[in-house]
Amino acid sequence: MNPRLILPLLILIAPLCLLLALAVGSVPVDFSSLFDGSDALGRSLILELRLPRALSAFAAGGLLALAGALMQVLLRNPLADPYILGISGGAAVGALLSLLFGLGAGWMMGNAFLGAMITMLLVFGLAHGQGSWSPLRMLLTGVIVAAGWSATTSFILAIAPERNLHGMLFWIMGDLGYAPPPLWGLIVTAAGLLVCLPYARDLNVLARGELTAGALGVSVKHLRLFLYVVAGLLTATAVTIAGSVGFVGLVVPHLLRLLGLSDHRYLLPAAVLTGGSLLVLADTVARSILAPQQLPVGVITAMLGVPVFLYLLHRRRGSL
Amino acid sequence: MNVPLLQTNDLHVEIGGKTVCQSLNIAINAGQRWGLLGINGVGKTTLLHTLAGLRAPMQGKIKLRDKPLDELPRRHIAQHIGLLLQDDNDAFPGTVLETVLTGRHPWLGQWQWEGEKDRALALAALSDVGLDGFEQRQVNTLSGGERRRLALAALFAQDPQLFMLDEPTNHLDPRHQIGLLDLLEQRVAETTNGRASLMILHDINLATRFCDHLMLLFGEGETLSGPAGEVLNIDNLTRLYGHPVIALEGPKGAVFLPG
Repeated sequence: MNPRLILPLLILIAPLCLLLALAVGSVPVDFSSLFDGSDALGRSLILELRLPRALSAFAAGGLLALAGALMQVLLRNPLADPYILGISGGAAVGALLSLLFGLGAGWMMGNAFLGAMITMLLVFGLAHGQGSWSPLRMLLTGVIVAAGWSATTSFILAIAPERNLHGMLFWIMGDLGYAPPPLWGLIVTAAGLLVCLPYARDLNVLARGELTAGALGVSVKHLRLFLYVVAGLLTATAVTIAGSVGFVGLVVPHLLRLLGLSDHRYLLPAAVLTGGSLLVLADTVARSILAPQQLPVGVITAMLGVPVFLYLLHRRRGSL
Repeated sequence: MNVPLLQTNDLHVEIGGKTVCQSLNIAINAGQRWGLLGINGVGKTTLLHTLAGLRAPMQGKIKLRDKPLDELPRRHIAQHIGLLLQDDNDAFPGTVLETVLTGRHPWLGQWQWEGEKDRALALAALSDVGLDGFEQRQVNTLSGGERRRLALAALFAQDPQLFMLDEPTNHLDPRHQIGLLDLLEQRVAETTNGRASLMILHDINLATRFCDHLMLLFGEGETLSGPAGEVLNIDNLTRLYGHPVIALEGPKGAVFLPG
């Protein structure tokens, strides 16, 4: 497939996914009621429940996929994802502590964001150490900090009373049930994409190697700091909205690379659209497949993503 | 009087506590083709990266057309100095054409896309290195020698005034070794905007054939540089490599061999 066709195609697919999310649910709703006012309950169901939730899903998915694409170039590691440096681990500890002490949803989100920010500063400070920070040093520091948060999370789960466990597990696996109003997430997504796009060609050059990028006029030190801060903020916003939804940030950028998108000027917007659409679809499945029971959306992202990814990998095995 | 393309004043370079050069004073003028010789680990690559502005020297100054290198913006340096690395590593390979086009990066503004001129330069560079028809191939499907030629094509597309090359003949067969160094020589000889080259080589005979100036790194900061005819003799080369070197009379002058 011509890589340049992928972006227009995604622009068409994204609204379709959103429409599907509005239409599907445990209560069937007739779309015409939106306009003639014949079904007030259905109307409020769509506009006040399904629409904000779908938009939150889109924002979180877009943020994660964009952060993943940036993180992979920053760490020069195709296996990097937005969580690899422990940012989601820090957020998880913040969120779980809030749940443990019975604080409200607002506190939970605030503390999740705070945990992510503390992790960003911690990893940067530790990786920076004396002199320069190589991608490998940063990766190792982040992985170790993430391991520390993971142990803390397990500790909280172990001592938490049983009535809190359900909410904690849903947060860890990713869930949009408590998502804040979607506007902020969407604004951060759009702003993130806009600040990255002027540097997309720098990313193409950086993907060829740090020295090559330096020799081609890229100020590698500044670019890396920029990538770290932006990817970190995007990740922090995403986990604040939806908990640590797995898989989207790792697989979406890869999926697009496997489809032949390697120019980041296409890859970054495509990642936002694909990540957003994937999470909208996954969330629709998560809340409807076993309705009225809801599943954590992270389970579904993996179940949808794994076969698609394996299929593409298999098809392109000659080149990877 | 012409300003040298690149000039060093009392340059002192160290790596890992080892002195690569001290009080190095050279001037690379337009039209000159420099060779950098020395044993493994003596610091050739370190020196090359320092001269390209990618590392700071311990002491001394490097000037690009009479302007201090460390005060120039990276983009400006990249418009004047191009560097072929010893090895490239593509964690995220793209197509051949995309890779060559990265050579145009220093010439494009923040929001600017490659135009017709950039594409034409990239395609010409691909054709120069014998990779025409490879535009849409994925880089990771290329052989080692093809990748080397691709990296050279990106360097040609960058169109710098000073070509710096770290062992450009790595992975190349004899035909491509000679062909590509011939090509480089032609580029330098097109004196319209005063080009020059500086390359690390391990083959003394390629150096005698393609370089008119040489810099020898003996280790411990000892260096010797000057016109090839003055620098190149059995005594210097034997000292340089710590191994006897003999000279045979060939059809185009002396041929140097390890004794």
